[in-house]
Amino acid sequence: MSLLTLPKPDEAILGRRDEIIRQLRQLVPNASLIVDQEGRRTFETDALTAYRCMPLAVVLPESTEEVSTILRYCHDNKIKVVPRGAGTSLSGGALPLEDSIVLGISRMTRVLSIDETNRVARVEAGVTNIAITNAAAVHGYFYAPDPSSQLACTLAGNIAMNAGGAHCLKYGVTTNNLLALRIVLMNGGIVDIGGDYLDAPGYDFLGLITGSEGQFGVVTEATVRLLKAPEGARPMLLGFDSCEAAGACVAGIIAAGIVPVAIEFMDKPAIQVCENFAGAGYPLDVEAMLIVEVEGSDDEIDSLLDTIAEVAERYGPRVVRPSKSAEESASIWKGRKAAFGAIGQLSDYYCMDGVIPLAKLPEALAEVAEICRRHRFRVVNIFHAGDGNLHPLILYNANDRAELERAELCGAEILKLCVKLGGCLTGEHGVGIEKRELMRVQFTAADIAQQMRVKTVFDPDWLLNPAKVFPLEGRERQ
Amino acid sequence: MTGNLRLGFHAPATVREISDLVAEAAHAKIPLEVRGRGSKYEVGRYVQSGSVVSTEHLVGISLYEPSELVLSAAAGTPLDDIRGILAEHGQQLAFEPIDLGPALGAPAGQSSIGGVFATNLSGGRRIQAGAARDHLLGVTCVNGWGEPFKSGGRVMKNVTGYDLCKAVAGSWGTLAVMTEVTMKVLPAAAETRTLLCFGLPDQTAVDVMCFCLGTPFEISGTVHLQAPLAARLSDPDIAKGGAAVTAIRVENFPSSARYRVSRLKERLAAYSPAVELDTTRSCTFWEEIRTLRMFAGSNRPLWRISTIPSRAAKLVAIIARTLDIRVSYDWSGGLIWLETPLTSDAGTVEIRRAIAEFGGHATLIRAERATRASVDVFQPLDPPLATLTTRLKSAFDPAGILNAGRMYPGV
Repeated sequence: MSLLTLPKPDEAILGRRDEIIRQLRQLVPNASLIVDQEGRRTFETDALTAYRCMPLAVVLPESTEEVSTILRYCHDNKIKVVPRGAGTSLSGGALPLEDSIVLGISRMTRVLSIDETNRVARVEAGVTNIAITNAAAVHGYFYAPDPSSQLACTLAGNIAMNAGGAHCLKYGVTTNNLLALRIVLMNGGIVDIGGDYLDAPGYDFLGLITGSEGQFGVVTEATVRLLKAPEGARPMLLGFDSCEAAGACVAGIIAAGIVPVAIEFMDKPAIQVCENFAGAGYPLDVEAMLIVEVEGSDDEIDSLLDTIAEVAERYGPRVVRPSKSAEESASIWKGRKAAFGAIGQLSDYYCMDGVIPLAKLPEALAEVAEICRRHRFRVVNIFHAGDGNLHPLILYNANDRAELERAELCGAEILKLCVKLGGCLTGEHGVGIEKRELMRVQFTAADIAQQMRVKTVFDPDWLLNPAKVFPLEGRERQ
Repeated sequence: MTGNLRLGFHAPATVREISDLVAEAAHAKIPLEVRGRGSKYEVGRYVQSGSVVSTEHLVGISLYEPSELVLSAAAGTPLDDIRGILAEHGQQLAFEPIDLGPALGAPAGQSSIGGVFATNLSGGRRIQAGAARDHLLGVTCVNGWGEPFKSGGRVMKNVTGYDLCKAVAGSWGTLAVMTEVTMKVLPAAAETRTLLCFGLPDQTAVDVMCFCLGTPFEISGTVHLQAPLAARLSDPDIAKGGAAVTAIRVENFPSSARYRVSRLKERLAAYSPAVELDTTRSCTFWEEIRTLRMFAGSNRPLWRISTIPSRAAKLVAIIARTLDIRVSYDWSGGLIWLETPLTSDAGTVEIRRAIAEFGGHATLIRAERATRASVDVFQPLDPPLATLTTRLKSAFDPAGILNAGRMYPGV
């Protein structure tokens, strides 16, 4: 695999840039439009920073009607549009195209209503993930999906990528927590789907739109489910002499009928980095560590942690440390939460997102280590173990283009391995531009063709976020 | 393949044969009724097709990994086979699939697993665990060209490509013929406790149920049955009481279930939770709710209404002004099962008018064929959504042959 390419820009559109900007000025307030070089630079990439591309212009509308006006204009003029939330995509989902307009939703941030009785929140889709929970917390509720970028990422982006997080083992991902949305289609049409109730009529467009990577429309408002916060939550730290034992313990806990709210896995390199950075009190003499969190009243938590400790005993743990207090809990989570920042201080990293069946965990970790060794990279593993969602972090030097290319090759091998083991290319980051060319590893031509037909239901001209998700080759034939 | 498709009933045992059959029908533009085991044949708009393709011979569980919470089965596999093997391992389908059989005058336990997902019928635990569609991890299907395709997979988290599982779940066989489904399964709770309150008016019952869902006790069932319906359940305390019953379910490890129920009792003291069902009685009670026992043995039209929980009792009261109805509320009011008198339109006008005022949607589940042929069985869609619906149908089944008209005319 070579470095990913973007489709050749439409010269006619590039040539019309001045005219397009003039026309956009007539459609939206000047304050919503960014056309200067410096202003646009902010939007030339997302969290997959290896790729950059300057768009024609950036529009930051403030209402559904403005979104509709812009999309209709672009539709009528055959101008491509790349929707953007907060730009935290790790798969290049918000990477612009040279002949595209970036439509950012980040100014639509209002929480419109919180309905305690029916346990729902209505929000504008540019609201950050954490802001929903913050608004609901005063009533004792929370919004369950919690991707690690939750301080910054928008609900619109969460919907586009069907975001998950550490707690989705118990509470599900975005698609399981969404009741309604307002979406603007590429032709400017506004469609309302669902309501303040648990299932929408007719075909499941809510489910279909969630995870469609901004290729079906721009979501401007949404209604999400709120959950009552549990009485309490506490984690337990388990250390093992081998990754195999830690992996087997995860399966053992689940087989015992317990679905913890989170099971996080860290390998030895990860433990060391996090401990050096955060001083969380992690054991440095173990090969793998689990953080298992359960919820309930104090007594319930004690009882569940006892049961988990009993299960863990079967796998020969070196360390069994249940948290007894809020301070201990905070210290156990401190290292984990600092992980990505800590590793980022050490080195640039390329974060993978493959998923494997849980039983294959030891095999997968051994092979990931072997692949990275072969490609001469260090790898750190920190991931959501309960659902088999691996996040190997390949450490590399981003300033060395050749090294980036090798890291991508290494990552592609890891993802192919996940598919070979019965898993998939991406668990929560999305395909974006990053895994576009790997889709054929997981899907047949017929599988992909069926998906592409669904794309044309919403956007027949392929104007919305067009260079993502599907292999570029053969696109013309669709 | 010259358009002389054999009319009649086809139940192929291989995906290849289904694929050939659909391709042949598409070529000849012959409508094809898509069926699992036929348990919901009498639901939906009544349409006549010369040919039927059934998945009832596509049976068998191809994968079950209890420690990974995943199971794959051929689409025609009886639901009860799956429930059985899961129960042996202390697991379950957490969405508690509703069994329409008894309400339709047939025995319970006739559904196929494909039919369960194709209709996305979720039961009482939907409020906590999600709907059928939330548990569908992967599908293989044959589309309207006769091409097999897959979506999703067998792992818990998967955002690779579009989630076509969601499209086919709840599409009543109008988009594709499902051939294999992979689902998330979950541990069954060791203990189930149910608190019963008697004689609550509908609005009070809805308030109580909504209140319970706002506690941190992970309530997994809230139903309220008006008195005439409560009398049809088997539990002696309920049947003999002659009053409406409101039931709140807690499931967990034994000590947790007991603790949570005791806390709930304190909070519900004002509503006199008179009876607490133990695990055995609870399981019987909720199995009767799952199989709609309260609507068995009747031929009155039966509606399924999804609405905003807190408004449910008012919506029902409006309909009750003009129609003699019997009602049970599930999902703390979010799901209403409503029996109407035997009239030519099954109360469609009154129900749709109330829905327009209060929000939500209504599906006519049980009615004579003539009625189902003359009224909108599924909630009519707003024009923008209707347009997308027609276009989505074409993206899967351009010849419009699969269960044509089952949900909407021309779809």
